[in-house]
Amino acid sequence: MRRRRPPLGSPLHLLLLACSFALTAYAGVRLLEEDPFAVALWFVGAAVLHDLVLVPLYGAADRALLRGMERSGHRDRTMYVRVPAALSLLLLLVWFPLITGRVADRYARATGLSPDGFLARWLLITAVLCGGSAAVYALRHHRPRAEEPPGA
Amino acid sequence: MVRLTPRAAGAAYGRHMARSPFAPSYWRSPLRGPWLTSVLGVVLLGGITVLFVTGLLSYAAYNPGLSPVNDKTPGKGLLGFYLFPWPTGPRWLYRLTQGVHVTLGITLIPVLLAKLWSVVPLLFRLPPARSVAHALERLSLLFLVGGVLFEFVTGVLNIQLDYVFPGSFYPLHFYGAWVFFSAFVVHVLLRAPAAWRGLRELREEPDGLVAPEPAEPTVSRRGALAFVGGGSALLFATTVGQNFDGVPRRTALLAPHGGAEPGSGPGAFQINKTARYAGISAAETSDEAWRLVVTGRAGRTVRLSRADLLALPQHEAALPIACVEGWSTSDQRWRGVRLRDLASLAGDEGAPPDVLVESLQRHGAFRRAALRADQVADPRSLLALAVNGAELTLDHGYPARVVVPAAPGVLNTKWVARLTFEDL
Repeated sequence: MRRRRPPLGSPLHLLLLACSFALTAYAGVRLLEEDPFAVALWFVGAAVLHDLVLVPLYGAADRALLRGMERSGHRDRTMYVRVPAALSLLLLLVWFPLITGRVADRYARATGLSPDGFLARWLLITAVLCGGSAAVYALRHHRPRAEEPPGA
Repeated sequence: MVRLTPRAAGAAYGRHMARSPFAPSYWRSPLRGPWLTSVLGVVLLGGITVLFVTGLLSYAAYNPGLSPVNDKTPGKGLLGFYLFPWPTGPRWLYRLTQGVHVTLGITLIPVLLAKLWSVVPLLFRLPPARSVAHALERLSLLFLVGGVLFEFVTGVLNIQLDYVFPGSFYPLHFYGAWVFFSAFVVHVLLRAPAAWRGLRELREEPDGLVAPEPAEPTVSRRGALAFVGGGSALLFATTVGQNFDGVPRRTALLAPHGGAEPGSGPGAFQINKTARYAGISAAETSDEAWRLVVTGRAGRTVRLSRADLLALPQHEAALPIACVEGWSTSDQRWRGVRLRDLASLAGDEGAPPDVLVESLQRHGAFRRAALRADQVADPRSLLALAVNGAELTLDHGYPARVVVPAAPGVLNTKWVARLTFEDL
């Protein structure tokens, strides 16, 4: 039996996409001019790393957190942990060259600034985020023993 | 003691239902749906448009059409169609456009990550393509997602001086932006109707975003949006201060030019590249060794010592330093000789021509820079000898540096050795 050919789709969509690809190619040959393989690798690699590594990784971390909270019966309070953890990791994701000190030498020589404070400041921000979340948690959910209903 | 509510038990049961991301039931988050994706998409539509425009403006600010020394993407072809002579006012123009470009880019990172997260199930949707147009649209998405990540990654690495990307930053970021933008425009056009319906919550039919078997929510949709906004607010609050001297800079806790100013005294403001980094020695800037060579349009050459320059009429200008890396200083009080006075000294009376400025630096992308005639003519454009009431420090360009209103920092050449006035 002959395989059915896929439908063409909307002509307007096809035209818009052809127009877009032409511009992509015009800029793309210039982008790839110097080091075609490495640039293409970075370009495609960025999408692949994000979609197939970063997203599954933080998705798995979040599921692990959710399971842990579920087991301790605090599933509805996951956000108190998720928010400070995610914000801290977000800062690390953006500023890891400075926080890890991998550019410390060049940074200090170029700018005349100290490269040493970034890790300490990131840790302190993390402490404030976690402490702040703990404080909000305590204010909202922690009731003094005297007020607990009898038999709780 | 483990307490398991019936709802949580249901969620735990569902957890083992689908192990393949190609199965729709694999995706459990109750947050995904057209409304969230549309809201994030609209924020990015506005934000990325501003990033693209300010990025193009930054390229124009270098005056790449003036001289090859200013142009790091000489093969741009039609992509430079919009270029125009960069004005000299308002003096904070580049400080504003580039500050917005970098600060907004960093602020949008959580929105971008959330947007990509919200649509990730579509990547695994089967069949991979419903039509030829749909297959091409998915190919276009590779340029869209690859492009936006490429732009954000190269930008974020460059401002931290982490030059691991393959090649020079300028061509990668500029051409990468155009590759991204061509996919971005078509994505906006094709998705606008769906986004509009998503915002108004009109669509009810399955669209691949809404989880068929959602887990019990741990946060509302608005709560999730506030979470993303909180991430943006945190990044903004710890970055924006690197555009202002003093106390605000100290609030930029993780930004490259946040924290304390370098050194102390009148020269304690931000440095792009120190003398040591640029390979400038104290010996070649000494009063005995250093001479400024000024050549006029007609070929007349004048050699000036620092004392000769100090004997010329001195003028003051309050101007910021604004870097392509998205940090800037507040206005500094510069004092020195007007560039147009130096042009007259070399025989170019009347309207001054363009000028090629050369530094003592032996390497560095902008050891030579060209300034347009209107920049030379501006009374605030100086060959500065002093700043904030004291002699320039070596790191700020001693014996003499250029300052031009509204121009990118790298066009404010330090350790100037030669000025050649000519029609470029």
